[in-house]
Parts: sequence; structure tokens; C-alpha cells
Amino acid sequence: MNATLATTDYRRSRMHPKKFALLIACASILMMFAAFTSAYIVRQAAGNWLEFRLPDLFYLNTGVILLSSLSLHSSYLAFKRGKTLMYRLFLVGALILGLAFLVLQYQGWQALTAIGVELTTNPSGSFVYVISGVHAAHILGGIAALLVAILHAFALQHRVTPARKLRFELTLIYWHFVDLLWVYLLVFFTFS
Amino acid sequence: MANVETKPVVHEEDLLIEEYGYDDHFHEHHHGDKYQSNFITTYIFSQDHKMIAKQFLITGMFWAIVGAAMSLIFRLQLGFPEENMAWLKPLLGKWITVNEAGIGSLAPEFYYALVTMHGTILVFFVLTAGLSGTFANFLIPLQIGARDMASPFLNMLSYWFFFLSGLIMFLSLFLNTGPFSGGWTAYPPLSALPQASSGSGAGMTLWLLSLVFFVVSVLLGGINYITTILNLRTKGMSMWRMPLTIWALFVTAILGLLSFPVLVSAFLLVMFDRGLGTSFFLSEIFIGGQALDHVGGSPVLYQHLFWFLGHPEVYIIILPAMGLVSEVLSVHSRKPIFGYKAMVYSILAIGFLSFIVWAHHMFMSGVNPFISNFFVIFTLIIAVPSAVKVFNWIATLYGGNVRFTAASLFAIGFVSMFISGGLTGIFLGNSAIDIQLHDTYFVVAHFHIVMGVAAFFGMFAGIYNWFPKMFGRFMNETLGKIHFWGTIIGAYAVFWPMHYLGMAGVPRRYYRFDSFAAFGQFDAMNQFITIAAIVTFGFQVLFVINFFYSIWKGRKMTSRNPWGATTLEWTTPLEPGHGNWPGKLPTVQRWAYDYGKDGKEFIPQIQPLEEGEKEGH
Repeated sequence: MNATLATTDYRRSRMHPKKFALLIACASILMMFAAFTSAYIVRQAAGNWLEFRLPDLFYLNTGVILLSSLSLHSSYLAFKRGKTLMYRLFLVGALILGLAFLVLQYQGWQALTAIGVELTTNPSGSFVYVISGVHAAHILGGIAALLVAILHAFALQHRVTPARKLRFELTLIYWHFVDLLWVYLLVFFTFS
Repeated sequence: MANVETKPVVHEEDLLIEEYGYDDHFHEHHHGDKYQSNFITTYIFSQDHKMIAKQFLITGMFWAIVGAAMSLIFRLQLGFPEENMAWLKPLLGKWITVNEAGIGSLAPEFYYALVTMHGTILVFFVLTAGLSGTFANFLIPLQIGARDMASPFLNMLSYWFFFLSGLIMFLSLFLNTGPFSGGWTAYPPLSALPQASSGSGAGMTLWLLSLVFFVVSVLLGGINYITTILNLRTKGMSMWRMPLTIWALFVTAILGLLSFPVLVSAFLLVMFDRGLGTSFFLSEIFIGGQALDHVGGSPVLYQHLFWFLGHPEVYIIILPAMGLVSEVLSVHSRKPIFGYKAMVYSILAIGFLSFIVWAHHMFMSGVNPFISNFFVIFTLIIAVPSAVKVFNWIATLYGGNVRFTAASLFAIGFVSMFISGGLTGIFLGNSAIDIQLHDTYFVVAHFHIVMGVAAFFGMFAGIYNWFPKMFGRFMNETLGKIHFWGTIIGAYAVFWPMHYLGMAGVPRRYYRFDSFAAFGQFDAMNQFITIAAIVTFGFQVLFVINFFYSIWKGRKMTSRNPWGATTLEWTTPLEPGHGNWPGKLPTVQRWAYDYGKDGKEFIPQIQPLEEGEKEGH
């Protein structure tokens, strides 16, 4: 299954091909959101655009996902230093915070509905639902990756092998990416 | 298991690879056994890039036949609207309506479905998956000296997502309400309102589903192609030593990766409009006197998102063909490609420009004319790198010792088609001329020649040239040449007259013209086009027969490098196994186009530079 067939020592770039592939995948996800947000700008400029204040929950949420990233990063550092307890603890922490993000996001949508901005009320609201919804789907993918990471952390003996380090780094890169993506989206919603 | 040479023949390539090659301890892994142990892992769920390439090619051929057959049916309708089509009833069922006199005619809504499916199938399934899917998979690892793709598993998934996508589209052909019929661009409201037409309901749902899976396939493929090219080149294969095929496939993958996600965004918004009542693309609409709930959507917004993919998409189609043609022309004229670096820079320039010209598809949809000026200028600038490429191809042929094989004939035919279609692009790129020409047969003629026929010619050149490497046998050359002459004459006969129709204002997408007095004079021309299309299709049947016959019965390849090419794929064994090279990986010592240098006909890339020899560029 694991079939990167090339050897590493003559390559000019020292980045692992899988890490590189993940970054390219992130670039294509980014293009999707670039399309959403530029469609938002174009549609906004056309008028008939309902202005509303984003519920505070979305800001609280941002703190939660940032903490989750921080927790995962601490877990990664502990993993590299061989501190098993911290490694496992922070990893579980990242997962719980990630799940909390999703729950809060759902409550954020409910809060939006409560102030009268439903999915179909006006494109301005529809965009917020769709964009944050697609982002949540990407968080869900990250949570799946975190579950696998937790499985490894608890089922396997703590050893820092290149393969496990790479696997952790892939999870870490993706999780930081969806986290920063949310920060971008929040800033976008707030100032556009 | 061990790679035992059955014949005691010593190949010069093997000696060079043994001496200068790079030992990555491949034979110690026994990948080959793990990958190709039984029928299913060898032929179906294969992770070997060469097998996946063949899967893409044959699936693409299937779709090409389906798509082309559809075009024949609607050409029959356009050329002979009065003729009895009852004989098609066994195939099309209720879409052929037979009147009391026993005369069968094609249902108008199915005519639109045929046109829509023809476009979707040819653009996505044949010329994207069938063309770049085939050759990116086949050539990238072989020409850069890699064992396989960066992730063979994702590569396998890429094919199977394509297969799934095709399966869904195929099923949609058999729906009671018919497949989607709102044009391959799927503009709202026809795509966003399920009640808009009979194909807009279930047909459109399956169409969307199919294309989302298709995008997944393209992205998985593209991630792999880019990573493989940037990370897995063998020792000595610097970017400036890569064959132009690899450069073209590289930029193609980047274009796909940046533009297809935008299409998914547009599709998601369409899905919300269809199913959940949002109004992204639906403005105030009345149907049967009833106002719909949708308020304030913008159909033009969809067009922006669609063409942000749609325009790079035409370069996703044509760039691989350009790469294949560059390689085939150089090999078969026994000359280095003229202006290698200029070729690379023009590929990059075309790739960049393709992202900032999308609105030239929308000149007549009410976009601001001042904004149109911007798009006119950048559209016309694309003529510059395109002309550089054409000049270089002709200069490569000039004075060459050209071997007129089926492969090189198709490559030369590509240049002819690209010039003919490119020139009309300069007409259409002007927003003022577009007022007269938009949505006429002039447009149909333009894009069929420049990205339809031309891309097919590039694909044929590639197939005839690399068939021996794919299957260990040659295709029949005589049949190949008949195929070429029939196709180039036939294709011009089909599409050249359409320019005149278009300039006279004959609109595209019309079901029949005989009720318009102004277009009655073109009846004979439409009949001529239809007959030419049928004849041209016949020549493609010849190709398909030649292709499958040659897989099993073609002349066997006896030497490793039948065309005398310099690139790495021809240093592999006659039928390379998984991992491509049995022992060491070859290392690259020179650029890819050393033909006719220092009195030698060609010097392979694995041959070290002689003392005092300068690397040619």
C-alpha cells in the first residue's frame, strides 16, 4: 500500500512527496473557497443584499478552533520529545476542541436563524450558511484524521519513527490549514 | 520474480544504465509481486501507472464512440429533417415519434439532450480524462525516470472515480425524462430549476453528481502528476531537461487543480438552488403565471464561475496535445525541437493567460463593455505564445529528414488544425465582432477545429507513437495513414462550411432551420456537412478496429527504441513490469532533443556527454 517508490537522497527538495501532495490538495481546497468568496463579493455588489451582524458564537468558535490547533501542535512536540502522556493528552484535547467547534458552528447557524436570517432569506445569508457548511465538512475530514491519529497514539507503542512522524505531520498540516481557512473566512465575513 | 533475461541479447541501454544508473535497491522490495499478483490487481484495480493509462485510454475511446454517435444522430436531424428516422426507434425508443404516415422524427427535447451530452462527454470524458489521463499516467513516470506515480493508490482511485462518474452519466441516458438537455455549460435557470425542462429534473441531478465525481478524479490525478514531476525526477533530470510532453502535462495539471475546484463551488451553489430554495443564480422567475420564491439571484454569476473553469479547461485539453505533438514532430523529423525554451515559456504563458480571459465567453451576456475590453486584450495576447509554438513546430519540420508515419502525419495535421482554428479565435476574441458571430455556427466551427479536432489529432499522434510502448506491438501503418487522410479531409469538410453558415447568422443549438426563410439556402450545405460527418466517423471506426486488432495481432516490437527517440521510456524492456526498469534507475546526462548532433542520428538522454561536448539547447 505504502508505495512511494522513489528514494530520497538525490532529491533537491527535502520535502516528502506526500507532504507536498497534501499542500497541493490544500491549494485546490483554497481555490474552492476563493471561488465562494469572490462570488460573494460579486453578488454583494449587485445590490438587494441583506446586511446583518454575525452572531457572537462564530467568534467564540474561532477561539475554540485556534486552541485546538495549539493543542495538536503541543501534542506533536510532545510526540517528538517522547513525552507519551502529554502526546496523548493534547491529542485528545485537539479532538474534543474540534468536535466542540462543530457543535458551536451548528449553534451559530441556529443563532442566525433566530435573528431572521434563514438559508433562503437572502443570498447574503445563504452564502454564510453554504461557505461555513462546506468548511465544516472539511473540519469533519480533519476529525476523521484525528481519530486515526488517536488510534495510533493509544494502540501503538510510542516510538518516533520517520513513518509515524510523517503521518502526524500530515494530520497537523491539514488541521492547521482548515483552522487558518476558518480565520480567513471569519475575517472575510466580518469586513466584507 | 527475479528478472531473468530470456534472450542473451545485450542491450546498449542496459549497459549504460548499469554503469551510470542509480541504485535505489528496487529489486529488494519485490513491489512487482505485491502489485500484480492476480487478475484483479493486474487488470482491474491496478496501481501500475501504465495499466491505469490504458484504462483511461480505452474508457475514453468508449466515450468517444458514444459521443460521436450522438453527433451523427443530431447531424442527421440537421441535414435531413424530413427523412424517416423510424429505424432509430430500437435504439432511442420513445424519443423517436412516429406519425400516422409511419414517418419517425427525433423528439426536439431529445435533440437538446444529445447536443448537451455530446458536449459534456467530449469535453470532460474524452478530451480531459481520455487525453491527459492517458498520457499523463503513461508518460510522466516513464519519461522522468520514476518507478511509478508518487501515490499509485490515489492514482488508482483517480481512474475509478472517473469510471463511477461515467457510469452515472451513462445511467442518466436511460432516464424516463431523459438526460440533462440544457447545454454542456449548464447555465441556470435550465440547470437550477428542476421543472425548467424534462432533462432538468433527474437528468440534471445525475449530471451534477457525475461531474462532481469527475472533478474528484481530475484532482486526485492532478495532485499526483504535479507531485511526481516535482519530486520524483531521476538523478540528472533537471526541469530544463524534461521533454516538452512533461512540461505540457505539468502545466495542464496545475490548471486543472486551480480551476476545477471553482467548478465544484458553482455546482454546490446550483445544488442549493435546486434542492434547498436558495437564490444564488435564480432571479425573479414566473412559470405559468406563478411567481417562484426565488428572488435576487444572478445567472451571470454562474457564468463567471463556470467559465473560470471553462476557459482553462480548453487549455487543459489542448496543452497535452501540444506536448505530444512537439515530441512526435521532433522525433520523426530527426531534428531537435526548435526553440525548446521558447516552447516552455509559451506553455507557461498560455497557462497563466488562460485564467484571465474567461469573460470572452460572456461578451453578449450583459457584462460591462469596458470590462470586456480588458478580456479582449488578454484574449488576443494568447495569440502570441500560440504563434510562437506554431512557428517552432514548422521550424522543427523545416529541413528535417521527416518520416511520414501515421504519428507524424497526425502531428502535422494538428499544426494545420491549430492554425485554422486559432485564426478564427482572433475573430471571436473581439467583443465587437462577437455581436454578429456569437452563438452561431462560426463559434461551433472555431472550437471544434481548434480544441476538438486538433486535440484528437494530438491524441492520435500520441497513440500511434506510443502504442508500441503500451502494448509491445505496432499499429498497422497503412490503415493509420488511411485514417489520417480520411480524418483530415473529412474534418475540414465538416467544419469549414460551418464558418459560412455562422457568418450568415445561422444560430447554433437550433433543432431545424426549414421554417426560417433566411436559412433555407443552406439546406444543401447542411446535408453536405452531415454526409461528411458520417464518412469521417467511418474512418474512426477503422482506427478502433486497427487499435484493438493490433493489441493482439499487430506486428511485434523487436527492438526497444523503434523510432530512435532520446527519451527514457524507450530504454525500458520491451514490456516493462511494475517499476519500469528491472535494475537500476537510469540517470539523465543531457537534454531530451539531441537529434542529428555531431554526426549521430540521435543520442539518448542516458548517454553521458563526451569530453568537451556542450549540452545542446
